[in-house]
Amino acid sequence: MSAEFDVRYTAQLARLHLSEEEIATFQAQLSQVLEYVEKLEGVDVSGVEPTAHANAVHNVFRADESRPWFTAEEALANAPRQANGLFVVPKVVDS
Amino acid sequence: MDLPALSVTELQARLRSREVSPVEALTALEARIATKDAEIHGYLSRDFERARALAEQADVNLPLGGVPIAIKDVINVQGEPCTCGSKILLPYRASYDATVITRLRAAGAIPFGRLNMDEFAMGSSTENSAFGPTLNPWDTSRIPGGSSGASAAVVAAAEAFASLGSDTGGSIRQPAALCGCVGVKPTYGRVSRFGLVAFASSLDQIGPFTKTVRDSGLLLNALAGKDPLDSTSLDEPVPDYTGLLGRDVKGLKLGLPKEYFIAGIDPQVEAAVRAAIRHYESLGAEIVDVSLPHTEHAVGVYYIVATAEASANLARFDGVRYGHRAKDPSGLLDLYGRTREEGFGPEVKRRIILGTYVLSSGYYDAYYLRAQKVRTLIRRDFAAAFEKVDAIICPTSPDVAFKVGERSADPLKMYLADVFTIAANLAGLPGLSLPCGFAEVDGKQLPIGLQLLGKPFAEAQLLQIAEAYEQSTDWHKARPPLS
Repeated sequence: MSAEFDVRYTAQLARLHLSEEEIATFQAQLSQVLEYVEKLEGVDVSGVEPTAHANAVHNVFRADESRPWFTAEEALANAPRQANGLFVVPKVVDS
Repeated sequence: MDLPALSVTELQARLRSREVSPVEALTALEARIATKDAEIHGYLSRDFERARALAEQADVNLPLGGVPIAIKDVINVQGEPCTCGSKILLPYRASYDATVITRLRAAGAIPFGRLNMDEFAMGSSTENSAFGPTLNPWDTSRIPGGSSGASAAVVAAAEAFASLGSDTGGSIRQPAALCGCVGVKPTYGRVSRFGLVAFASSLDQIGPFTKTVRDSGLLLNALAGKDPLDSTSLDEPVPDYTGLLGRDVKGLKLGLPKEYFIAGIDPQVEAAVRAAIRHYESLGAEIVDVSLPHTEHAVGVYYIVATAEASANLARFDGVRYGHRAKDPSGLLDLYGRTREEGFGPEVKRRIILGTYVLSSGYYDAYYLRAQKVRTLIRRDFAAAFEKVDAIICPTSPDVAFKVGERSADPLKMYLADVFTIAANLAGLPGLSLPCGFAEVDGKQLPIGLQLLGKPFAEAQLLQIAEAYEQSTDWHKARPPLS
């Protein structure tokens, strides 16, 4: 499986631009890491349930009530660009 | 008097007797940092004026009244930076307090200073910080461990009375070992993660770094407990974590996992840990051989589970709501791609790629699902061992502090440095590291850490076991040569 590993394609999935130099370096380094983790193929996991969380907790509810939280101003305080109380992003849909 | 060298317990005695005021303690700490931190680069920033305003009003009779506590730069403190050691969060100022900070404030403590770390807590040496490495106060040509390297280094160097760090695969225990202080990773769910910038949400826990075991108990008393803002925090009773201190260890069973004494472990580390085990026997503890047969797979499981969770958690850094934003984007995808390219360092990029790959269509079952199943086997190993013993005793790290730059070109070798600490995170168990000796390397004394792992929510007993060793040895009294 590590033979199929393609940094360039995976970086697109991760929305992460990389330089050609980074692509070459990561391809070599992570192929080595993948070969290492593929040792897990040798472990017998038949009938074993997966663990997603060390202490499984389910359905933690709170009362559905409004409560004091950030104001719009506070939520926007760190925004790189904002206008009219909104985050500004490049145009997504053509008109 | 050398105030910054005091433990929290010693400082509190002087604060409560009015021999020292909180402002004097803070001022002495600031002076120590101002003259010494250039040698180790532990602090990324600190706001003395704001802390002094808190010190002036401090109630020294509160559990941590008037005690300054330094904070790893991954935990939000309202109004302060929280860079996570990353350029991508350089413009960010925290809008709120993490729950651990709210709790420390309620206990009277003063959050003071932001501590360096591997970027987004990814690393074992602090070399992955975008702002330069922290250095080990015992030998400044060496790393302090990581990712909470500075949290350990400033406590060891008497540049903090105590500090907070976070531990995802050993990031509290390993630097505590390499710098010669006490570091505690609580049970998963014991301490709220609200306001901790997430790396791997099913593994992350916040915990204390201190000069003594008792001090860690004092900090845990403030930190532990259910938080409605973190649905994974657990509603278990919070005992007094200093309550069992002073009791002896006669009759307690300590498990020695044979898989933790492997080829490749530094001989001086192994000798010190074996001597510590004999010391426990002389104190009346019973040493029992146990087996944790899936130990060899822990690193592999970890680097699948942790990177998978990280790739999802770090998706939020997209240049829209906070942090760095690439200039003049040609469109939304260009904004995301270049913001992340410019903002993240190489190790974070590596892990995002790895985590994205193991979750991607066609590979999920082979990597992520399989890793989660092996994680179950690792948990079962511990459950079986804890039917026979009260705690597990082993080295914290196979090595002492290594040289700056020695491993940075070889990610896999760096990952293997965490081989003894990772399993506790995968199983959600509490663990701590305390000093148990020194290795002499190139004429320098380098600290060695002893690791104790416990059953879920057995922190009080772990501290009891650790303190029995600490108080019958002198390792915790040693100070680094940093003048």
